[in-house]
Amino acid sequence: MKINNKQGWRKRKSNIAVFLAVLSAVLVLIPLFLILFYTVQKGISSINWDFFTQMPKPVGETGGGMANALVGSGILILIGSVMGIPVGVMSGIYLSEQNKGIMPHAIRFLVEVLNGVPSIVIGIIAYITFVIPMKSFSALSGGFALGVIMIPLITRTTEEMVRLVPSTVREASLGLGIPKWKTTLFVILPAAMKGLFTGIILSIARAAGETAPLLFTALGNRFWSTNLNEPISSITVFIYDYAKAPFDDWNRQAWAASLVLIVLVTTLNIIFRFVSRKRK
Amino acid sequence: MIKLFSKKKETKTEKNFYSKTLVISERHLGDYIFQNITRLFAFFVFGLIVLIFLEMFIESLPSINKFGLSFITSSHWDPVKDKYGALPFIFGTLYSSLLALIIALPLSIGVAVFLTEVAPDWLEQPISLLVELLAAIPSIVYGLFGIFVLAPFLRIVVEPFLKTHFGFLPFFKGDMFGFGMLAAALILSIMIIPIITSISRDVMKAIPDSLREGAYALGATKWETIKIVLISARSGILGATLLGFGRAIGETMAVTMVIGNKPEISFSLFDAGHTMASVLANEFTEAASDLYISSLIEIGLLLFVITIVINSIARVVVNRVTKKYGKIN
Repeated sequence: MKINNKQGWRKRKSNIAVFLAVLSAVLVLIPLFLILFYTVQKGISSINWDFFTQMPKPVGETGGGMANALVGSGILILIGSVMGIPVGVMSGIYLSEQNKGIMPHAIRFLVEVLNGVPSIVIGIIAYITFVIPMKSFSALSGGFALGVIMIPLITRTTEEMVRLVPSTVREASLGLGIPKWKTTLFVILPAAMKGLFTGIILSIARAAGETAPLLFTALGNRFWSTNLNEPISSITVFIYDYAKAPFDDWNRQAWAASLVLIVLVTTLNIIFRFVSRKRK
Repeated sequence: MIKLFSKKKETKTEKNFYSKTLVISERHLGDYIFQNITRLFAFFVFGLIVLIFLEMFIESLPSINKFGLSFITSSHWDPVKDKYGALPFIFGTLYSSLLALIIALPLSIGVAVFLTEVAPDWLEQPISLLVELLAAIPSIVYGLFGIFVLAPFLRIVVEPFLKTHFGFLPFFKGDMFGFGMLAAALILSIMIIPIITSISRDVMKAIPDSLREGAYALGATKWETIKIVLISARSGILGATLLGFGRAIGETMAVTMVIGNKPEISFSLFDAGHTMASVLANEFTEAASDLYISSLIEIGLLLFVITIVINSIARVVVNRVTKKYGKIN
């Protein structure tokens, strides 16, 4: 009788544990759905053609858009990519080719460390490197910050994707007498290209969602600007400014911009998951 | 004539010989150049980290010289009198991150258990994807959600409830604004759950099935089996937790938008606080004096050092687990 009781308790305890696991999964997904729900509900009304093509209206007037922020984000990401992609891809290749000595391990570790550096700290670096000498907030400094943020992500995916190319491919190429560097550049890299591409997409998604490093580098700009030496607007800083403003219409536009950002970022992420999962 | 001819012939073979060796050395030269170019870029990453540290150190020297150790121990932050002590921010960062961990850790382990031990195969992939989506949402969107949805909800529903039922605890005292530690901790916990979950899940997945089969064969219930898996995966979960902690410490935008931004030290969850990251986001562009900027950069330096230490420990722990059980992302 006593044993039976104990058995019953063990079973009940097990059921409770399973229930708690299910419950935590449900609890974790609730915020996701709430965020998506509110972003769509509050943002959709302000999304129209004007929102993408018009400039911000002066304070007090309703309407207007974020054309300059969209272009600004594009420019910032472009600058970031110009800097981040070569460094990321090349160091990824280095890590995947080199196994000897302590250096590759150290650099792999440093890449992880760089990945963990708070983005606001990277903003400070961009501030010290560009804003102080140039004596002006600039698109260039913001792009530099985004580039630094992109580097570790691209390095890591490049290394993984290059390693995924079967060693037989490399051996076949080397066996034909093709030098190692040509093998890497013209045989291995094309084979890993799809993976590299998705890695770059992922890093762009991350850069597109960054706000903190832009606050005191690109700063934001209510006017049209494509000058790299001047402050430039971006979607995320646009959201930040409009969220803090005491105008309902601006707040609605902040939600709308968030909706645009979420759609952009999640689409890029889903592309990445889809392609990278298929490969594995 | 003959002599000349033979000489000519000689030079030809000589040339041939040289061109051949040139081809071979060119090939090695190519490898050499390419390898060094990639190495150069890899060292760029190394240089970048050194640069980050050096630049911030140099820029924060005025503040370090002026305040010394009192910068960390003083809680007096007064830009008007040009006196700076960073203790409230250090406290705010650690307190909010710890609270976030307390909320996030059990939930993350729960989800990881659900994904690896409970969920059927067809459910596992979609739920994993959704949790990862949570990590993909930009922090500014979390902040927006915090301002307009979470903070009002806390002010109207949650905080009055906590105050009437648990008001005797020091954690639930003071005025209820919605904005404050509680909001920051909740938002942070949502943001770090995906990190802790995905690494814990990978570690638990890597635990060999023979362990589970052995447990079941001995008559263990599902929970008892899960417990065994959790114990085997504990170091991986610890690493995941540290990574989540590191992320919470450096998180800026979402926290800035909900924490209330007051440099005060209070254990009450209702009170406004400030973190190292949020003070940078708030005051950097407005900083007028050189000492002010220097102090802010010193806070950045502290933040950098703290996150590097935590992330390094986390990486070492996770890498050790990776070595034991194979590749974990």
